[in-house]
Amino acid sequence: MMTSPVDRREPIKLGAFLIEWFVRLAGLSTIGFVILIFFFLLREGIPALFEVPLSNLFGTAWYPTFGYYGTIPLILGSLLVTLTAVVIALPLGIASAVFVREVAPNWVREVLKPLIEVLAGIPSVVLGFFGMTILVPAIRTLLNIPTGLTAFSGALVLAYMALPTIISVAEDALDAVPKSYRDAGLAMGATRWQTIWRVVVPAARSGIVTAVMLGLGRAIGETMAVMMITGNAARMPLGLDALFKPVRTMTATVAAEMGEVAQGSVHYHVLFGIGIILFLVTFVINLFAAKSIFKKRYRGGLR
Amino acid sequence: MSAKFAVRDLDVFYGRKQALRKVSLEIPEHQITALIGPSGCGKSSFLRCLNRMNDTIPNSRITGQAFLDERDIYGTDMDVVELRRRVGMVFQRPNPFPQSIYDNVAFGPRVLGARQFGRLDEVVETSLRGASLWDEVKDVLHHNALSLSLGQQQRLCIARVIAVRPEVILMDEPASALDPIATLKIEDLMHALVEDYTIIIVTHNMQQAARVSEQTAFFMVDDDQVGVLVEYGPTREIFTHPRDARTEGYVTGRFG
Repeated sequence: MMTSPVDRREPIKLGAFLIEWFVRLAGLSTIGFVILIFFFLLREGIPALFEVPLSNLFGTAWYPTFGYYGTIPLILGSLLVTLTAVVIALPLGIASAVFVREVAPNWVREVLKPLIEVLAGIPSVVLGFFGMTILVPAIRTLLNIPTGLTAFSGALVLAYMALPTIISVAEDALDAVPKSYRDAGLAMGATRWQTIWRVVVPAARSGIVTAVMLGLGRAIGETMAVMMITGNAARMPLGLDALFKPVRTMTATVAAEMGEVAQGSVHYHVLFGIGIILFLVTFVINLFAAKSIFKKRYRGGLR
Repeated sequence: MSAKFAVRDLDVFYGRKQALRKVSLEIPEHQITALIGPSGCGKSSFLRCLNRMNDTIPNSRITGQAFLDERDIYGTDMDVVELRRRVGMVFQRPNPFPQSIYDNVAFGPRVLGARQFGRLDEVVETSLRGASLWDEVKDVLHHNALSLSLGQQQRLCIARVIAVRPEVILMDEPASALDPIATLKIEDLMHALVEDYTIIIVTHNMQQAARVSEQTAFFMVDDDQVGVLVEYGPTREIFTHPRDARTEGYVTGRFG
């Protein structure tokens, strides 16, 4: 029997309609979850602002048992560990990316790339384990300091964790540099190294910035490994030797104390407040990363 | 008329594929020599032998000899970096670096050691003037080179090359990505540059070859799909009294 065009189109239309809404809901739910999480954080964290005087909240002493909720040592601790990690990971990551993309023969590249992906998949608790048993004692004996549980140890492990991200994103950025730039550099009489450092790497700059931002985002949110090896002393990381003394990060504080805190207490609210700060920091970092990705695409479109 | 380049029995291979067979010719100094021929005839491959840019292509190989001022380009005592400074190259698509106009022109002097080229600001100005670009960009020297029009970008690439005071400029279809006006500017520029430089231009635009060059070399693929030099001589003769029937067929537009 002949079916009219309307009959035939109806089920397709319904199917398309359902699929379209399923996809749309899936997409929107992501945004919804982010917003919900943020509001949850706000609901639980904002009361801290009313319960604790600001001078206390942004003071330098963190002794929750005695009513001191100074978050500054924790924020500085996070910054110290994270920024040191980036300072270590940045040159290593870019150099590795340059090696993988520009220097290594094809078969080495084929082996290295999946290996780097595997690195990214190592659970952080395993790295923390490794840090505790190998790195921490090594740093103690090498530097001859009372404990190897230091900001520096944490930074080393964080750098290691940020490296795979930095390498693979930076490598993609180098890969996107047109061959014509390399040709131009070489034809000018520049050596291969001069061409890499003065032409290819600068041309990939925005992608490399993205790589570093993403690595930074990964590092600042990392909890487990950091908690295991930075010593967790909530002291102000000031002075030149702060790097080689124990510190405590925001993430480690929340992870360590949230389990023992009375729900709805001042301490509980302050921990959520720390969560808000972390959220904002990673949000801003990701925003910068996204912006540089966008810029790169825009430029690519012009060519 | 002294020969800037002398090439003898040059073969070029990419892997197993032979791109050029037994090319021999002498290219005179301070003249414009045009290499013409249909696509895939090996004229660009030939050009890239003269500054050893073929070295950057994996599995490329040459046999035969090529001399620059009677020095073997592929000899063991030839420094590739020095060769490429003396023999500059302009590519088919303008390829300025995504840096400022100034930095583009200053690239060569900086990489090769700025001191031997004099004050950087002066080098940049002289080179941009040499490429007829100075008046258009003198107020925007620190803007990104990619903000220029394609024609300006190509002249910037020429300025970048002449900043290191080469003796030869190789041009690989320098105007094929440009509109007619920009093309004309490049051609005018070539006439001005030939006072100081030896210019070799690959083009598949026969009118361009006829307009700009003193010498023309016609390349074509033979029956094995390998590029050969069919005919070489003064441009006027190639276009008016070609000796080879294939040349005549090509320049009169019967194929190509």
